[in-house]
Amino acid sequence: MAQNGANPIICDLRDRIQHLEGAVARPKTVLPFGVSEIDERLPGGGLAYGAIHEFAGGGAGSVDGAAAALFVAGVAARTKGKVVWCLARPDLFAPALAQVGLHPDRVIYVEAIREEYVLEAFEEALRFGGLAAVVAELVRLPMVASRRLQLAAEGSGTIGLVIRRWRRQTEAGDFGHPTAAATRWRISVLPSEPLRVPGIGRARWLAELIRVKAGESADFEVGACDAQGRISLFSDAGNGSDQTRRSVHTG
Amino acid sequence: MPRVVSVFFPTLATDRIRRADPSIPAESPLVVVARSGSKRWLSAVDQNAAKVGLHVGMAGAKAQALVHGLHMVDADPAADLAALERLTLWALSQYSPVVATDPPDGIVMDTEGADHLQGGEELMLSGLVNRFLARGLPARAVIADTWGAAFGLARSMRAETKVIPTWKTADAVVRLPLSALRLSAETIVGLRTLGFKTVGELAATPRAPLSLRFGPEIGRRLDQMFGRVAEPIDPIRCPEIIEVHRAFAEPIGAAETIGKYISRLVTKLCLELQAKGLGVRRTDLIIHRVDNTIQALRAGTAKPVRDVVWLTKLLHDRIERIDPGFGIEKLSLAATMVEPLKDRQMVSGLVEAADVDVTSLIDVLGNRGTQRIYRLAPVASDVPERSVQRVSPVAEEDGQTWPMIWPRPVRLLDRPELIEVIALLPDHPPVSFTWRGKRRRVKRADGPERIFGEWWLRTSEWTAVRDYFTVEDETGERYWIYRSGDGVDADTGSHRWFIHGTFA
Repeated sequence: MAQNGANPIICDLRDRIQHLEGAVARPKTVLPFGVSEIDERLPGGGLAYGAIHEFAGGGAGSVDGAAAALFVAGVAARTKGKVVWCLARPDLFAPALAQVGLHPDRVIYVEAIREEYVLEAFEEALRFGGLAAVVAELVRLPMVASRRLQLAAEGSGTIGLVIRRWRRQTEAGDFGHPTAAATRWRISVLPSEPLRVPGIGRARWLAELIRVKAGESADFEVGACDAQGRISLFSDAGNGSDQTRRSVHTG
Repeated sequence: MPRVVSVFFPTLATDRIRRADPSIPAESPLVVVARSGSKRWLSAVDQNAAKVGLHVGMAGAKAQALVHGLHMVDADPAADLAALERLTLWALSQYSPVVATDPPDGIVMDTEGADHLQGGEELMLSGLVNRFLARGLPARAVIADTWGAAFGLARSMRAETKVIPTWKTADAVVRLPLSALRLSAETIVGLRTLGFKTVGELAATPRAPLSLRFGPEIGRRLDQMFGRVAEPIDPIRCPEIIEVHRAFAEPIGAAETIGKYISRLVTKLCLELQAKGLGVRRTDLIIHRVDNTIQALRAGTAKPVRDVVWLTKLLHDRIERIDPGFGIEKLSLAATMVEPLKDRQMVSGLVEAADVDVTSLIDVLGNRGTQRIYRLAPVASDVPERSVQRVSPVAEEDGQTWPMIWPRPVRLLDRPELIEVIALLPDHPPVSFTWRGKRRRVKRADGPERIFGEWWLRTSEWTAVRDYFTVEDETGERYWIYRSGDGVDADTGSHRWFIHGTFA
């Protein structure tokens, strides 16, 4: 996949299509992960602003959405400005978000009294513009709703991050249904980094890029967010440890 | 459908006197004495006086003979009414656009379309009663569909607050005594002589004989209580309130037309506010319909505002709540709660990007009534569930955060759940644990992190201890579990194990 200016004709064509597609002549910027292996898989070199991105947990994470929430918090932490977090189940523990670099002063929580009202708050916050990122924890995301949210995000240029968490693990098959999100990720936990002493090392996640617009899917084994919300790729070269496996690329 | 709150102050007259004259000892009984001709009788008694057996209507001389050291104050109905009016004006700025006095000892308000600013009906009522109580004024508040029902319930219940759900008024009032009906004393005595005791019995009796004997009043009061006859509240207004009106020659009803006139009214209101240097915190749109009923919408903002676009959006957002009925003949827009708003100099965007003010978004979401908006701020407490508090989204940003020494889970369970473990005491992590019917083998663990009870706040936590462990099972899922107690001394806790959160 040649993404950035490899072929001038393709690039020119892409620009013209973008020009025809939207009346909004907004320069499309992206939020890079800062990990070249991941960024080169994403069109533009990162998560696009003005788009919806979907994150779900794998296994037990599809219910608690813990890893997905932390992954999203890391993404939001690397933006600048206020973050609105829309949710219906207030079981998020704010100190954990602070530990990945999302300062409590930056996050405004919007707690809906019922699950249905999360969507309307999410859309309103996306349309507002001027926010760094808008996060929503959603159970259901129908195609029509996601299309609407995508348009709202395009209009304001705000990045919309959706955490999918279901009530039961069996419902998680819903993640196979298509939505208008620009990228879809599944974040599952892996056994943590082995240490030479008893104890728990840095958490590791399997980040599966399931779907990406104008790109191919891929799997990454990443180290969990650090205090600035940055993830890192797990590879032998990175930390010199001889016990970790090589990162898996399928795609 | 209106939602009427009736607030009843059982001891308004004596509380007013106590407030005005702090020299009256708190424990001495206090009564208010009224005169009719040469007769002196008690028109109000406080709680202390009621405890020693005095009651309203008793002769003054008898009360004096019964109780030693009785404080007697002459009645001043005008001052009582003035006090009630002040309370009503305060309620107008705080709770609802449609508020009226319900003399001699009550307030009535229609909170339809305004309760969401107080977090719902239940929270609104308890907040209202607590705020009066903090000022030394016991109160009881009921919300129901009709004024009659709310009035009767507030004056005949023991609880401080009660919420009667929509359409449930009839069930709630059938057991009320006749005195709840707002009838004259002679009528009630007459009805009692006939053997009537409750509202339900009276409602089930044929009307004609009753009207023949007592006049149409009973039927009217019953219909008002059950909501068959409208009973509009005539809202109190004070001259300081900035208000703009628009009357229509032809009644209007279409949403677009209403929207257009709301925009014009907001523009007019903002001009008036600007002339006075004020910003508005509570804006009331009062809709007068042709059938002489009033509907009100209240929009609240987190900070004083006089931005036309912003206010218009807040009101336009809720146009669908307006029921125009047969048409609207007058719209008025009032700035019920205002605060000074000075012009500020903005940072030019040349060098640094201007900070985006998110207050307008907060107001838009807050006025929907379907969202709670808050920020989470740190509290200096080691106990995890107490280390977080909700603060207003526009609260001062102090840059404080939680200590970063120990890892904290992303999801914290509402309350810790009991787990079955196999563990070596006193300070080893479990080898395996069973949570929600699933057994997990612990592969790696970290801990313990010992957290002591806050004995300086709660004596029950004098010796309490929790030992937290981070454990990881074979699939890599990490949990935050703790043992209540230090593993040696049984005084420090039950030594049972709990799960408290999930890491990512």
